[in-house]
Parts: sequence; C-alpha cells; structure tokens
Amino acid sequence: MDRRKSIKALLIGTAASGVFVEACKTADKKVTDASTVSPFLGEDRMQEEKDNYTKVTATTFFTEHEMKTIALLSDIIIPKDAISGSATEAKVPDFIEFIVKDMPSNQTPLRGGLRWLDMQCLHRYNHSFKDCTQQQQLEIVNEIAYPKKAKPEMAQGVAFFNKMRDLVVTGFYTSEMGVKDLGYMGNVPNQWNGVPDDVLKQYGLSYTEKELKECVSFDKA
Amino acid sequence: MGDMQIKMQPKQYDAVIVGSGAGGGMAAYVLANAGLKVCLLEAGPNYDPAIHSAQLKNPWESPRRGASTKFRPFGDFDGCYWGWSVDGEPYTHAEGDKWEWWRARMVGGRTNHWGRISLRFGPRDFKRKSIDGLGDDWPIGYEDIKPYYDKIDQLIGVFGTNEGLPNDPDGIFLPPPKPRLHEMFVKKAATGMGVPVIPSRLSILTKQLPNNKDRNCIFCGQCGRSCKYYGDFSSSSVLIKPAALTGNLDLITNAMAREVLTNKDGLATGVSYVDKNDLQEYQVNGRVVILAASACESARLLLNSKSQRHPNGLANSSNVVGKYLHDSTGAALGGVLPELFDRKRYNEDGVGGMHVYSPWWLDNKKLDFPRGYHIEYWGGMQQPAYGFGFGMEGMNGKYAVHGKTKEAGGYGASLKEDVRFFYGASVGMAGRGEGIARADNLCEIDPNVVDKYGIPVLRFNTKWSDYEIKQAKHMKETFKEIMHNMGAVITWGGDDNEKNNYGLANPGNIIHEAGTVRMGNDPKTSALNKWSQAHDCKNVFCVDGGQFVSQADKNITWTILALSMRASEYIVDEMKKQNL
Repeated sequence: MDRRKSIKALLIGTAASGVFVEACKTADKKVTDASTVSPFLGEDRMQEEKDNYTKVTATTFFTEHEMKTIALLSDIIIPKDAISGSATEAKVPDFIEFIVKDMPSNQTPLRGGLRWLDMQCLHRYNHSFKDCTQQQQLEIVNEIAYPKKAKPEMAQGVAFFNKMRDLVVTGFYTSEMGVKDLGYMGNVPNQWNGVPDDVLKQYGLSYTEKELKECVSFDKA
Repeated sequence: MGDMQIKMQPKQYDAVIVGSGAGGGMAAYVLANAGLKVCLLEAGPNYDPAIHSAQLKNPWESPRRGASTKFRPFGDFDGCYWGWSVDGEPYTHAEGDKWEWWRARMVGGRTNHWGRISLRFGPRDFKRKSIDGLGDDWPIGYEDIKPYYDKIDQLIGVFGTNEGLPNDPDGIFLPPPKPRLHEMFVKKAATGMGVPVIPSRLSILTKQLPNNKDRNCIFCGQCGRSCKYYGDFSSSSVLIKPAALTGNLDLITNAMAREVLTNKDGLATGVSYVDKNDLQEYQVNGRVVILAASACESARLLLNSKSQRHPNGLANSSNVVGKYLHDSTGAALGGVLPELFDRKRYNEDGVGGMHVYSPWWLDNKKLDFPRGYHIEYWGGMQQPAYGFGFGMEGMNGKYAVHGKTKEAGGYGASLKEDVRFFYGASVGMAGRGEGIARADNLCEIDPNVVDKYGIPVLRFNTKWSDYEIKQAKHMKETFKEIMHNMGAVITWGGDDNEKNNYGLANPGNIIHEAGTVRMGNDPKTSALNKWSQAHDCKNVFCVDGGQFVSQADKNITWTILALSMRASEYIVDEMKKQNL
C-alpha cells in the first residue's frame, strides 16, 4: 500500500493543539492505574471527542461501597470458568463506572438499584449486600435473577438485575478476555473465500455453479 | 472580538466548490485533473482514512466499547464525524414534522462511513411520471448517464454481477464475494417465494483495479470505519487526495459557507464563509460556484444568498429550492436463526456489508402502492460491541441450550454457556424504497433562528403519504415470510402495525435526502437545467443529491458521482468555449 502524501500537508492552515497534548498526558496516567478504560485520544478522534473524554473521566461517580457491590455482582454474573476468567479479572466494574458517566441515564437506575439491594439485605440479614455471607448474597440474587419466576414484589430488583446482567455481559464480552472466550476470529486482514467446506457440509449447503464461477476466490495458503 | 472585517482570499479560482462528499469530491477530481484552479471549502476538519480511521481497533480500545455518542451516532469506531446533531448548528421543525437530518462535518463527508451500496438507476427510474403519473420525469434518461456510470465503475471500482435485469442495469464489475452462511439461508428462503437474491453491488475492491495497485480490500468487514487501505470508495481517499496531488486544488477545512456572492449582473463571483478556527469572515472568488454541501445544506445556502437580482434566493425564481425533499423509505426487522445456534467459529467478516441483496422484483400494477424497494440483509458472527448480550433473559428461557431448557435470566457459568451458544445466530433485513417527491415536503429558512455563526437555519416540514406507508407494510409482510421460510424467529420489528406506520422510519432517517434543488427543462418548475446548472445563474451548479428529480429504490451515491462527473466535464467544455 502506498500511503503517499498526507492531505494534511496540502492544507491551507492547520491548527496545532496544545490542549490535546496535555489531555494525552493526563489520560496516560489514568490508564496505568485503572487499565480497562483506554484513553481514547488518538488520531482518529476529533477535538470535540478528546475534550469530551477528558471531561467524562475527570469525575468519579460510584462510591467505594457501591464499587465493591458492583464487583461482587459482576463476578456472580460472570465468574471464572474453564474457558475464561471472571468479570473483575476483565475489569468490568471500571467499564461500568465509565459507562454511567458517558450515558448518565444509567446513573439513577444503578445507584437506586444498588441501594434497593442493600435495603433488602439490611432487612433480611442485618447487613448491606457486600457484607452478607456468600450464601445470603446468592439467596437474594436468586430472587431477582429469574424474571419469570420472581415474586411481584421483587420487580424493582428484577429490573435492576436485568440491567446489571446487560452491562456485565456486554462489558465482559467486549473485553480482550471475553472476545477470546467468544471465539470471534475476525478483525484481522483476511481474504474471504466463502463458508468453509466442513461447515457447508454440516448444514447440507453448497455454492451454486454460478456462484463458484462469478465470485472471487483466493488460493488457500 | 475586535473590528470585524471580511478577508478576501487573494487567489482567483476557476471553481469554488462547497462540500467534499461524493458530489464535491468528484467535481474537485475532474476539474483539478483538467488543469483548472479549484478551491474546495469543507465545513469540517481534515480527514484521511489512512491516518484517521479506527479500522482494526478492538472493542476494548473504546472506553464505551463502540457505543454511540452524539459525535458518532453510528458508534465510537464509525468513520463519520457528527450526525443527527452538530453542536452550535441547530435546525427546526414545523408542527408535526419528524425529519431527521444527518450532517457529516469532515473531508469526504458521509462517504467515509457509507454503506458502499453502489446501484445504478435504471431506465424507468428517470421516467416515473410517464409510467405512473406521479412526480416528474427527469430531463435526462439512462442513455445520458450510462457513459458516466461506466467511467465511475472503472475509476472507483464496484463489485457485482451482470444479471441482465430490465431496471437494474449491468455494470463493469469486479467479482463479488461468496455469500456468508446466513446469506445462503436467506437466499434459499427468499428465492423459494419468488424474491430474487443476487450478489450485492458495493464499491469495495475484491480485486485490485487494473490501473491502480494502491488500493486493497482486507476483508475486515469494517468499511463503515473508513478504510486505511483505501479498499473501498470514500471521497476523501479516492477523489480528494488524488485531486490534491495535481497541485491544482486548495482545500480549506473548517470553512462554513455563509452565502454565494453575486455581482450586479446576477452572476456568481464566489463564496463567503466563516473559518471555524479563527471565527473570521472570508471570501473566495471563482469563475463558477459548485454546490455539493448535501441536498439540504445546498438549498439552505441558495436560500440564504439573496440579492437585488435574486430576491427569492439564488437559483430560486421558480420557488422550488427546498421543495420536493425526499428520503428513501425504510423498515426493518430481525431475529435469530436457531439452526445457527452453537455454530463453528471462523472468520466471517467478509466485506463491509451484505454479500447478497434483493433488487425490486414486483409489478406495481398489481400492488396498492407506487414504486419499489430493495432488501438488504445482515447477520452472523460479527465483532462484539456495546449492546452485545443485552436481553439474555429474553433468549435463554426460550430456546434449549445444548438440549437443556433453562429458566429465563440467570447468571454464572450457565449464563456464559448461553452467550457462546447464541453467538452468531442473528439475522436481519431492511427495505430501502422510493418515496414520492412532493412540493409540500420541504425545508425552508426559519425566520427566527440562526446558528452559532449567525447563519439562518433550516426548518423542515415533511410528512409521509399513504404511498410510503403501504410500501412499508408490504416490506414487513415480505420480511416476515422470508424469516418464516428460513426457520428464523423474529425478535424485533415484527409487531408493527398501522398505528406506527408499520415501522416506517422517520423521513430523513435513512440519510438519502434528495430533491431540494431539482433539475428540469422548465425554469418555472426546476432550479437547474439538465447539466446541473442553475437556470437563473449560469455559473452556479449543484452536484449533490439536491439535483435529483426522484431517487429510485437505489441508494443515490453512484448517481451523485455520475451526475457530478457529467456536470464537471460540461463545465470544462463550457470554459474552453468561453461560455463560462
């Protein structure tokens, strides 16, 4: 590939930005400590996005207590198994902290849901969720994790757990560990040669003569 | 701010072009290569896919895992700056209007992220009034534009197959990619009920072009992010960059056009613009002014260019500028194909978009709506992004996982098993059809509102008619039948009815707006002549979607490119003849 000359060099007037350089420095520091929330400040971001990233990540939303609860729930939803690690190993709680700041409509349902859970636990077990025994934690989770068989009075808990399940599953399966677990094999330079033969055979399908004749094919390496 | 003054760019250009998308990029390419001195104004920043694309990034490289923002409504990796809103640049709605206006602000415009669906209009598409009595015929026919389609196919590259269809013309095609697994299921099901499924026609280089070895497809399926390898068509990489290398093009970015300037004879002299970086006012002069700012932005610019000679706005003595605004119709549904549960993993990315599609196949005489639609398909093992795995409680209670029926919802190792089991089984489809261009669907200048640069903004006033609603109903019925025939289960979009216009997307939502500066033979009912040239002002041209009389059931980009090339060659000729 010939990248030739950048259009940039041919422009009339370009604006260099000292702000951008500063923002990069700040964000790099953050990543060393927190790690999953990568700084999103590269060449492919426009200035408004860089400013927005700096703004969104400048504050902390969840309290330490809330983050501990989120971590416990995350690992209940996605524990380590034979194929991959747990949600906290994939830093899913950091993703959740970021996403509620990026999409503020999530803030009240999550904060309120966490408090709802704590109040349930306090009434039942005299402890907030994070200080309950593992058995107690699973007991309450079992009452909100199955929407169809949950008791009507647990409906708010069900709604909260559905949201947590969504965010934890999506956070995990978009992490490096999760994508590997899923077996997604793309996102690399490739040559598409059609559905592999053994898969065609499995489904009893085959390409037509016309398709084989007119479609592009590449020598198999 | 100190004393305000308007700064004159000293250079005298042959052409000043406003907008760098498909229409503006092609005009810049043709004129710069013909040796003319060209100034191209772009309202956004510079963009070169080789440098600025998010291609091949992994989902975890975005802190929001590819979710959308107002800066990138199609997701964090998408190759388009801005979209449904632009900070400081509002637009307004007349009562009841639901128009959704997408605006890209970047070199190359929307062509950096577009679907690459590159369909020629057919012979019937230029003569619809003669066929069904609705709208108007174009002042040109397929034979006028065919040579330009041919040239563009070869210059830019498009894959497809020659099928000999009456209204979906053959082209000069690169070979298409083989269908993916879910597409083979779609093809079998749809063909079985009489809906044709043929290789799609996308401007993606499945093979290198004979005369250009610099561009390569890497089959990553990410054309929407724009291609660092220039393996698909973006105006930025394929037109503007080579145009700039001629040395005849000056590209001015972050330049928001305010007005087309005219002299006492009523002829255009140039364009005034505000530089978004320094907020100073500038003027740039040219022998011709070519508008390609998008259908609605070009109309806005003309309507805002009032003068003694052009009191109703430039090129608007007919009063049609802003009228006949129309977008493609659109409706979609999707679900899962249980046969694909627990499927074998392999790299299924392919090209960015569908490998097969369905061109319009029916006879309107037997239907209760005019015009047609084509069907686009998607599905399979895609890169996970934000939203992946949402709503598992709606899946894992419904279908047995490895032979075991579970309680909906849940958590733990069992949930991980479910996610893996269902991955790659989704399938969906969407119709893209032709609405009727009508004078009462329009955009106009809002008398009360200006943007942050003080430029009066557009107010939209549009409404779907029964024609489009009935078309959406027909789409949904067809899609349901295809899904049923392939054994798929519809999980969304299946419950639409007359109360929500059968899921018909809001006008503007499909991002194919056209018609606002339409061409025609009669200066009383059209703004442009058949050369995309203003009837009222011979050195003003409009080469974007604005010039369309009707937009067919084909995505409009390939026709924008052909019309722009045609108009640009005409400009070169007319300049040689001293007519411009």
